[in-house]
Amino acid sequence: MKPYRMHLMLCTGTGCVSNKAFRIRQVLEETLVRHHLQDEIAVVPTGCNGFCAQGPVMVVQPDGIFYQMLTERDVAELVEEHFLKGRPVRRLMFTPSGEREPVPRMSDIGFFGKQRLVALRNRGLIDPEKIEDYIARDGYAALSKILTELTPEQVIEEVKQSGLRGRGGAGFPAGRKWESRRRAPGEPKYVVCNADEGDPGAFMDRSIIESDPHSVLEGMMIGAYAIGAGRGYVYIRHEYPLAVERLDIAIRQAREFGLLGTDILGRGFDFDIEIRRGAGAFVCGETTSLVASIEGQPPEPRQRPPRTTLWGKPVNINNVETWANVPVILLRGAAWFASIGTEKSKGTKVFSLVGKVRNTGLVEVPMGITIREVVFDIGGGLADGKRFKAIQTGGPSGGCIPASLQDLPIDYEQLTEAGSMMGSGGLIVMDESDCMVDVARYFLEFLTDESCGKCTACREGVPVMYRMLAEICEGRGNEGDLELLEELSQAVIDASLCGLGKSAPNPVLSTLRYFRDEYQAHIRDRCCPACVCKALFHYLIDADICNGCGACKKSCPHEAIEGQAKSVHRILQDQCTKCGACFDVCPKDAVTKNPNPIETREPREVNELVPA
Amino acid sequence: MVKLKPEDLASIRERMARTMSLREGKARAHVTVHLGTCGIAAGARNVMRVLMDLLEQRDAEDILLTTSGCAGLCSCEPMMTVEVKGQAPVKYIHLDEAKTVQIFESHVLAGKIVQEYALAVGSERVG
Repeated sequence: MKPYRMHLMLCTGTGCVSNKAFRIRQVLEETLVRHHLQDEIAVVPTGCNGFCAQGPVMVVQPDGIFYQMLTERDVAELVEEHFLKGRPVRRLMFTPSGEREPVPRMSDIGFFGKQRLVALRNRGLIDPEKIEDYIARDGYAALSKILTELTPEQVIEEVKQSGLRGRGGAGFPAGRKWESRRRAPGEPKYVVCNADEGDPGAFMDRSIIESDPHSVLEGMMIGAYAIGAGRGYVYIRHEYPLAVERLDIAIRQAREFGLLGTDILGRGFDFDIEIRRGAGAFVCGETTSLVASIEGQPPEPRQRPPRTTLWGKPVNINNVETWANVPVILLRGAAWFASIGTEKSKGTKVFSLVGKVRNTGLVEVPMGITIREVVFDIGGGLADGKRFKAIQTGGPSGGCIPASLQDLPIDYEQLTEAGSMMGSGGLIVMDESDCMVDVARYFLEFLTDESCGKCTACREGVPVMYRMLAEICEGRGNEGDLELLEELSQAVIDASLCGLGKSAPNPVLSTLRYFRDEYQAHIRDRCCPACVCKALFHYLIDADICNGCGACKKSCPHEAIEGQAKSVHRILQDQCTKCGACFDVCPKDAVTKNPNPIETREPREVNELVPA
Repeated sequence: MVKLKPEDLASIRERMARTMSLREGKARAHVTVHLGTCGIAAGARNVMRVLMDLLEQRDAEDILLTTSGCAGLCSCEPMMTVEVKGQAPVKYIHLDEAKTVQIFESHVLAGKIVQEYALAVGSERVG
């Protein structure tokens, strides 16, 4: 094989692809040909690089130069200046907020510096559609090792010793789960990969599959050997087309190489994997609903115990990230894995960091890292210089942790104690302009839509809670609502069968725990302190700043702004629909959001204040 | 495709080692060809081609080949800089195919500087 002197590691994760990464790839390849560089320089499409906020991104190796926010117009300059003449293009490098000099090398960028990659060990380094790339990075070496050296019992012992816990939500120890399935009577046995990621704002599993599908397959193969399973399923949502495609390619390549099928690696182990696509119902992430869906039944949870079964036979279900961790544990040893993390939470965790931080993206950090480090050191702090208010973890089943607890180390126990949960790893950062009542309302609306309807408490209770929250946001809350919400929450927790119902009230309970004042302001004072709930705040034009340019008046679709040219304008509160058009267009930022009540904040007569 | 045996995995890894060391930026030696306009006009792209062929022939997996702009000594192009890990970089001037091959064999692979083509040892002070 002819070696290349330079590799252009172009991110083709979903985020960068939606910013035209595939088009950039095409233009890059064409431009390289035009300069006769196609035999010297390779374009390597990789999975998600993680720094989605700056996408499309590309890392140039061996120099390690990190380029960001690329467009097809940048390609010609990149090829001529950097790839041909070796002069990196500074204007396309990343400049951290508040600094003037760009940071050329990826390893020097703060966003990447604090991360520790285990599950994402191959991200940005391999082409996910080439099995040779995976093998070159020690792929399938763990499978080869266990098939030649270890008994299934020894594999289970190793996973137990590592302290690996399920990365999908509850955090059940993976080794203990495997052991119980190995001992469970019944043949054949199955392994399943739960890739039904449905939390709003979460894309960890999607990115792992898109960037390194073989790591998940190898994990499942090792699990199947340990448990004694002959068949595996990856349950993945149809809404993840790129992940499904790359997984499908990976499975076909693995079969071609004899890594799936019969007599794998000549060691007498038979195992194969199939993809099962889900229609995207949130409840399918719950294990008993997931197996029902694989069986072709409506996805409704079943009562446990007895243990979850697939077609009446033992099945072991783990989440994408859990499976992706398995090969490294077997290859590098339980002790190595257990040396990372905290006492009870070992290893690393992948998070999708979204919301009001500067550097949104996909990050993998050691367990025990503090919220502060994630938000400020990796996330680069809050965008627009706003104040950090809370972080939502664990998706709809999780909760909000206030900024006052930002030194909390992130692990399973600490998050649960703080009233939230690890969940699958969504982190939504919120600032002072986020209303916590509105956040709870949003999650309850999501859960109302996603309740499967089997248990009355969840089917009826969650919508009632949602309507109460909606009323509070509209300024029609009543004294006693909060107590009723708490009582309903308890009823939904007690009387729901599955984890979805049992955790549905969490967004309400955790916000009530830390932000009760904000609820009370909505109910008692008819005031939304964050100025989000439209009925509970109002826009004002600051008479000291307004220069009478008239931009707001022109933009107002309801003729709710009055004022002569070059004199201070005024919003007619009874006609204002709070669409925010004036707020967005004012060139002087004279339009402000103000919590109700209006009376005390109504400006003085304006025209007389204008200097002659 | 024939079914893989455990030893086949190792041979794929070996075959891919150069590709991966390049992506990970690991190298024993670093060769920089100065590809400014002056260098290109004097034939530096041919030097680059020769080096790439040599890398393939010798199956040298731990050598990085990069480019940089004009080194400031346009009259001496084509030029290249060879930096073996732990040693000072050496600049070579007035290169052609034969000189490039000789420098690659002697300095890059065997660690022995080719005095007669070398301009100087070391680089300018930066900053």
